[in-house]
Amino acid sequence: MKDFIRIRGLSKHFGDFAAVDRVDLDIAAGELFAILGGSGCGKTTLLRMLAGFEVPTAGTIEIDGVDITHRPPYDRPVNMMFQSYAVFPHMNVEKNIAYGLRKDKVAGNEINRRVDEMLKLVQLSDFRNRKPEQLSGGQRQRVALARALIKQPKVLLLDEPLAALDKKLRERTQFELMNIQDELGITFVVVTHDQEEAMTLSSRIAVMNRGRFRQVGTPKEVYEFPKDRFVAEFIGTINTFRSEVKAASDDGLEAFSEEAGITLIAHGEHAAKVGDTVDIAVRPEKIFLDKEKPTDSGVICIPGVVDDFGYLGNRSLYRVRLESGKIVQVSSQNRRRSVTRFLEWEDEVWLSWQPASAVVLVD
Amino acid sequence: MAATASNDQVWRRVAVAVPYLWLLVFFLAPFAIILKISLADPVIAQPPFTPTFDESGDLSVSADNFRFLLTDKLYAITYARSVIMAGAATLLCLALGFPMAYGIARANAATRNLLLLLIVLPFWISFLLRVYAWMGLMNNYGVINNVLMWLGVIDHPLQLMYTDFAIFVGLAYSYLPFMILPLYASLERMDMDLVEAAQDLGASRTRAFWDITWPLAKPGVIAGCLLVFIPAMGEYVIPYLLGGPESLLIGRVLFDEFFVNRDWPLASAVAIVLLLLLVVPIVLLQRYQARSQEEAT
Repeated sequence: MKDFIRIRGLSKHFGDFAAVDRVDLDIAAGELFAILGGSGCGKTTLLRMLAGFEVPTAGTIEIDGVDITHRPPYDRPVNMMFQSYAVFPHMNVEKNIAYGLRKDKVAGNEINRRVDEMLKLVQLSDFRNRKPEQLSGGQRQRVALARALIKQPKVLLLDEPLAALDKKLRERTQFELMNIQDELGITFVVVTHDQEEAMTLSSRIAVMNRGRFRQVGTPKEVYEFPKDRFVAEFIGTINTFRSEVKAASDDGLEAFSEEAGITLIAHGEHAAKVGDTVDIAVRPEKIFLDKEKPTDSGVICIPGVVDDFGYLGNRSLYRVRLESGKIVQVSSQNRRRSVTRFLEWEDEVWLSWQPASAVVLVD
Repeated sequence: MAATASNDQVWRRVAVAVPYLWLLVFFLAPFAIILKISLADPVIAQPPFTPTFDESGDLSVSADNFRFLLTDKLYAITYARSVIMAGAATLLCLALGFPMAYGIARANAATRNLLLLLIVLPFWISFLLRVYAWMGLMNNYGVINNVLMWLGVIDHPLQLMYTDFAIFVGLAYSYLPFMILPLYASLERMDMDLVEAAQDLGASRTRAFWDITWPLAKPGVIAGCLLVFIPAMGEYVIPYLLGGPESLLIGRVLFDEFFVNRDWPLASAVAIVLLLLLVVPIVLLQRYQARSQEEAT
């Protein structure tokens, strides 16, 4: 696939502070790309540079082979859906959606045709004469989406598109967005702090921290094979065991962990040498809980006692205390319907996982 | 429960009734008295006008004063001059006040409070003193003339004081805060994302201003213009102190009729016409606003 958006060495400094620090990024045409990070990580600044609201301190942005780094916002093949939606309060739905075409001096009947099309796409045909104040949050969001899409941009930027919606609506809107993206084939760049949103929406994710990308990859890669401690901890929850590498080969290592009380084995690629201190990391859902010591060969088993637990309906969360005092989080599916509890406080249990489930994180 | 509910209602009524009563006593009643006087004839007596009912108890009113106002060109010209002067001052306040209000609304929180304080600060000094200060500035040997002569721009003083220009400057200066504050209130509420969204959709900065900022600031613009125009129309102190003898404005005529000529009925008629001149545009404006609101829904 050809790189559609090419970002090279992009930086934005506010005084001494580098909000975005030498970022390189390639996004393919038709991709739904998410930039994920906490507040203040620079993701919004990056998006605003793509939209043209911030002038980069250094670096270039190319879209479809054209350098747009220094073009004003109104002269870019890019449109943006704002987090606040920024629906014009003094215009009705129809006028809001038509605004971009009016500014481009598109002919009147052409505008009408395309507005009708957009209204149908976002299912607001019955609301065309309503003012924004008469719309719900979800409807306003769809006005903002239609208004940005009607100009047929090469890239649509979405700033926290689902943050202002309630849970049920988010889930629905998420799939609507994906369908629309699929239908129109426009490249979407989504900025979000919500990892779940990023995971379900996007084909690829860039995890950002302190103005830099820590990892760029598919949701699966980022979740299952986090590159470093930050990514591992930012996306989902993860248990880490401080360990000293005793033996290492190309596709795995053995490391003794005082916290775990045993030697841990991890399969998979890693960058550690014998003698290094690393974190062996395991996600809570990869760990099994049993009352008896598992007999399967090759699994990692550690004894512990139940410190606390929480019932979440579809699954339960357990906090298991090891002999060293280390607390390990375990998430287990509630496959069987039962009112009696499988485990109680201070029950003795065995934790176990496959060596392939563990990730080696090098500092 | 029922008792508390009705108690609440009583208090709610009291809360609403008090300001209405206030307006009734201190606005409507004086207005009725002025209206009554305007329909009387002047006499040299105490009070200096004929009673509404003569000795036999018959109603004795005449529209002579209003007729006189309409026939004597002086009054028509004075009203027109006042409208033009107040209108020009209002426009200057708008032109100066809009960028100031915009700047304040976009400043960060700490600076914003300081800037707002600076706008309100002149109110801590007596209005009269501030107008006197302008006399010191605009005198033939005042600060402005001295500086201009020192710079060599002019070789003899400009006549600034006692001109319409001085009144214009004085009005614009005095009423500027009344323009800035409502403008600030409406601009501060505005989401900056809206302007960026307009630019994102293809509007230049200027276009985005006229499409988004201006219409959304309109309530503030209207409120500010009314707050400047109405008092500027009836202003007496500024024309009296800064204007020349030939700078006839309606506030001054009103004062002269009351206290120099002691023609209370005519003065009252002048006041009634002034009120009508102010009320009519406000009512029209409110109608327009109500209609545009209806269109919106």
